[in-house]
Amino acid sequence: MEKIIRGQAYKFGSNIDTDQIYPGRYLELTEPADIARHALEGADPSFRERFQPGGIVVAGTNFGCGSSREHAAIALKSVGVSLVVAESFARIFFRNAINLGLPLLVCPGIAAQVAEGDMLEVDLQTGQVTNLTSGRRFQGEKLSDYVLNLLAAGGVKPLMRKMLGTGKNSPGIPTL
Amino acid sequence: MPMHALEKILAAHAGRENVAAGEIVTAKVDLAEVNDLYLQVIKSFYEMGGQRVKNPGGVVFVLDHYAPAPTIQSAANQKAMREFVRAQGIKHLFDINSGVCHQVMPEAGLVWPGMILVATDSHTTTHGAFGALGTGVGATDLATILLTGELWFRVPEVIRINIDGQLPPGVMAKDVILYILGQLKQDVAVYKAIEYTGSTVAALSIAGRMVLCNMAVEMGAKTTYIQPDEKTLAYVCARTGKEFTVPETDPGYRYGAEYHFDVADLVPQVAVPHSIDNVVPVKEVEGTAVDQVFIGTCTGGRLEDIEVAARILAGKRVNPRCRLVVIPASTEVLLEAERAGYLRMLLEAGATFATPGCGPCLGAHAGVLAPGEVCVSTSSRNFPGRMGSTEAKIYSASPATAAASALAGKLVDPRRYLD
Repeated sequence: MEKIIRGQAYKFGSNIDTDQIYPGRYLELTEPADIARHALEGADPSFRERFQPGGIVVAGTNFGCGSSREHAAIALKSVGVSLVVAESFARIFFRNAINLGLPLLVCPGIAAQVAEGDMLEVDLQTGQVTNLTSGRRFQGEKLSDYVLNLLAAGGVKPLMRKMLGTGKNSPGIPTL
Repeated sequence: MPMHALEKILAAHAGRENVAAGEIVTAKVDLAEVNDLYLQVIKSFYEMGGQRVKNPGGVVFVLDHYAPAPTIQSAANQKAMREFVRAQGIKHLFDINSGVCHQVMPEAGLVWPGMILVATDSHTTTHGAFGALGTGVGATDLATILLTGELWFRVPEVIRINIDGQLPPGVMAKDVILYILGQLKQDVAVYKAIEYTGSTVAALSIAGRMVLCNMAVEMGAKTTYIQPDEKTLAYVCARTGKEFTVPETDPGYRYGAEYHFDVADLVPQVAVPHSIDNVVPVKEVEGTAVDQVFIGTCTGGRLEDIEVAARILAGKRVNPRCRLVVIPASTEVLLEAERAGYLRMLLEAGATFATPGCGPCLGAHAGVLAPGEVCVSTSSRNFPGRMGSTEAKIYSASPATAAASALAGKLVDPRRYLD
């Protein structure tokens, strides 16, 4: 896990639900590359075309509310979102993203302090957000050690493999 | 420290004497449910090196979101799930002839007070109506349960919502929860639990209580709780042979927040596009032309929902400018509606019926919306694009408001359509 993440901001509002992050009509898709094509399509149909991998999604409160679909977190991770900074996150989305190794940071008041296209630098260890474009700094909520450990391991899957001593995917997977 | 019933459930499943809000505990899961949107559960299971499911007796697959399969891909996903169920000796498979998981599991006696139920569906909060700790997760969390039989939980603060007053005629549980959502807004309970108390809750049927708990997730809630009473025990004991102890909150437990509502004068409510906490009395938007009415889902497809629709539409016709799609929440509900004569009344009124399941609620099939269309729906979400086109508008309302609006071809207050 990169402890310092630098990237361009892509701005969204409050209550961005998982139908906007990943519309229900694509839920039958199962391959991350296919899923990535529809990232944030419900909120902004042009997002996929204009997004540059490494970009940081910035949003208001309750990001990821609604359905439990893991597709929402898979879509953001697979399209190359490096981090989501929001004023708050819905619970299931938060778990899904951290499980997949996609970093999230809660930063109260951030939506009003970042404009579309601003360059941000975020220190995941300390929770500090620097808007390199405006030169201003903001303090986000420090991630718990539990979450930092999960992110450092690359998500829960590598951790579970280690715990179970399996080391790699089990042979069942190619049939899916 | 006095403990809440939900904390006692978590403590009992974590092998602990007590737990407190904010702690992270690893708890045994009694029942893990996977629906057919989540082939990723099986993929994650294998990606984590899984070979055998730890507790196949405590796992349920319900094929409800694509019932029956509308596309080759969804059919292939369901096929892979059936094969996984067989190969792993998983005890419960509810195939496409069953209904929505949150209706099917209680009917099948798989839900009881004091249990922990985790499912790949946000509306798993529904099961607080039975005194169970039900919570939704994504695919990889569920796969972790398949591997280990456990999951980590943050012990939530509990918000108490007390509801008093006798509901006026034509006003339903859905109106109550919409009103509360409009007042408290959709992030009031993020990462928290909601307990419902009060005389209104006590007077509600099990189905009505399920509506309150179901839509708690629209306020961000992790789980819900209604203290089991005689009604709860009558429902549960008729369906399960499971022995259980009903947990009770200690006197002196301190809630994170308390809200009080009096609903004696409540009027029918509607959530207008495109947000579920954007709630107004139906009166304020009366006359809005409606293209489709949808009565169904884990929020609004139970027997009493279909009954009120039949009462409003019996002997009449759905307005010619409007379609009425009715999808019973389960096959048991469909059969009861048939026995009671509601099916015939609604069919004769011009309704379209589809297979019990989630239907068009999430925009997958069975009545999705075209650009520019307006739908009145008994489901729980009206996000842009939820039921199809992002250019469509969804009004979330009670089954009575939905049925009356189908009759009128426009949004109307249902009270003058009920005897």
